[in-house]
Amino acid sequence: MSWFVKKRQQKTAVEEKTVRVPEGLWIKCEACKELIYRKELVNTHNVCPKCGYHFRIGVEERLENLMDEGWTTLFSELRSGDPLGFVSTKSYKDQLKKLEQAGETEDAVVVVEGTLSGQPVVTAVMNFDFLAASMGSVVGEKLRLGAERALEKQCPYLIVSCSGGARMQEGTLSLMQMAKVSAALAKLDKAGLPYLSILTDPTTGGVSASYAMLGDLNIAEPKALIGFAGPRVIEQTIKQSLPEGFQRSEFLQTHGMVDKVVTRDHLKDFIAACLAWMTPSPRD
Amino acid sequence: MKDATPEQAMDLSQLEKPVLELEAQIRAMEMDPSQSKEREKLEKKLEKLKAELFTNLTDWQRAQLARHPKRPYTLDYLERICERFEELHGDRRFGDDAAIVAGMGWIEGNPVMVIGQQKGRDTKQKILRNFGMPKPEGYRKALRLMKLAEKFQRPVLCLIDTPGAYPGVDAEERGQAEAIARNLLEMAKLEVPVVAVVLGEGGSGGALALGVADRVLMMENAIYSVISPEGCASILWKDASQAPKAAAALKLTAPHLLELGIIDGIVKEPLGGAHSNFDAAAAALKEAVVEAFSELSELSAEQLVEERYQKFARMGSVG
Repeated sequence: MSWFVKKRQQKTAVEEKTVRVPEGLWIKCEACKELIYRKELVNTHNVCPKCGYHFRIGVEERLENLMDEGWTTLFSELRSGDPLGFVSTKSYKDQLKKLEQAGETEDAVVVVEGTLSGQPVVTAVMNFDFLAASMGSVVGEKLRLGAERALEKQCPYLIVSCSGGARMQEGTLSLMQMAKVSAALAKLDKAGLPYLSILTDPTTGGVSASYAMLGDLNIAEPKALIGFAGPRVIEQTIKQSLPEGFQRSEFLQTHGMVDKVVTRDHLKDFIAACLAWMTPSPRD
Repeated sequence: MKDATPEQAMDLSQLEKPVLELEAQIRAMEMDPSQSKEREKLEKKLEKLKAELFTNLTDWQRAQLARHPKRPYTLDYLERICERFEELHGDRRFGDDAAIVAGMGWIEGNPVMVIGQQKGRDTKQKILRNFGMPKPEGYRKALRLMKLAEKFQRPVLCLIDTPGAYPGVDAEERGQAEAIARNLLEMAKLEVPVVAVVLGEGGSGGALALGVADRVLMMENAIYSVISPEGCASILWKDASQAPKAAAALKLTAPHLLELGIIDGIVKEPLGGAHSNFDAAAAALKEAVVEAFSELSELSAEQLVEERYQKFARMGSVG
């Protein structure tokens, strides 16, 4: 049986080799498992050239993708308190401190003002790397101030969402951010200003159940997970496995919740067209 | 309607037959330059034949033209009248109904919300589009996007082409009647110009749910009716084959409806019907729509709503 053992060893060796791909040079597509040269991804806005899978991207990349050069970051001075003195396996205060020391000073959302294809906009982008982009008081307050800023400038407001949901560490105060941001969006709506919600992977929980679903247009990136309850929670509750594509962008479009699924390379052009359609031109 | 002569009472397919044969002959000659003279002669003959056959259509023949399988549908018109069209989906309630397409369009540079019922061309498309029969989610999508247009002060163009709202269990469960009714109420209140054009079939409540407009136009060979000729015949004549009679009795063609004050204008189709020349039909539609919008752009929001009210208030016959 020695030949059998040998073969097995060989197989492990191959697998290990794929795992040990040098960080930063090649990247494995999470959907089709193909190896992609990282530099190639830069040209494709972090979309797999083989299968079209949209990798999650950071705030800077998102802003570069959407905004014209030269935006200004707003409300960076806001810091989260620890209103409940929350302690689980670690203390919330320590968690926040560590993140701050690691250079994460914007909490889970960055709000900027600038232009998009020449049109003035206020844009907020959520950051999944910061506590799964959970919505605490700072997120809520920044988003509210962003809406106020758009109102002041009489310009459109864009929120690029991704979030695990409310921030448990801030308890019911976190829940109230849903109401707060929605109330600010109501003001924008009343003033007749456009609000576009861009949903990216994953947008769930309280964020989906508030501002992410309230856009004049809800625009989603392909195959993003979007839903209120997470798929695992649903599966455990109903004791059934979920259909393929459940809670993905395309599913939401079919079910009437998303206006359009737009690929990342067309996103800026599409948003610019929407804003042009919505915003009075000099001729109006 | 005058009594149909035997020839006029012919089914449209029979009526069209000599035209199609002649067209085939002409096409066959196109390859051969030596036959160009002969071809020209035939082309003239074709024009004459079309003029003879298509200027005195009976109402039944028009109804058949309105439902002609090759007739241009909403998307055929949209790609010809809009420089750009970005479709938007969903009612934010339940689903996205493919029997209604809607989205942001630009006509001669002007942003317009375009909403239209869409039929399918082949079997697959027909099923996808549910034969142009919208469900409540379709009407609710239409309404949502009309309200969006109102928010941004954009006019609304509705293109009507449906056998009727979908009669089905699921549609009833979700409130087909409520969805249609809601549209009538909300369209009466819209503070932006609304133009509706019946492209082909204007099937009853399912059509009117997109039809409460400041200007209602009809393509020359479209029909707009409270019931299909077949349905009416089977109820009142107890015989669906009496549809040609019912078609005449219902006065469902554009000239009759213009006379009755139900529509405001007729868009001329190319001779032989819109399907004989999509481009010409679309150009005529575009011209009519642009003219209507430019007239309406003079009016304030209050004027629009009041005049729309007055227009529908006048409808009806009371002794």
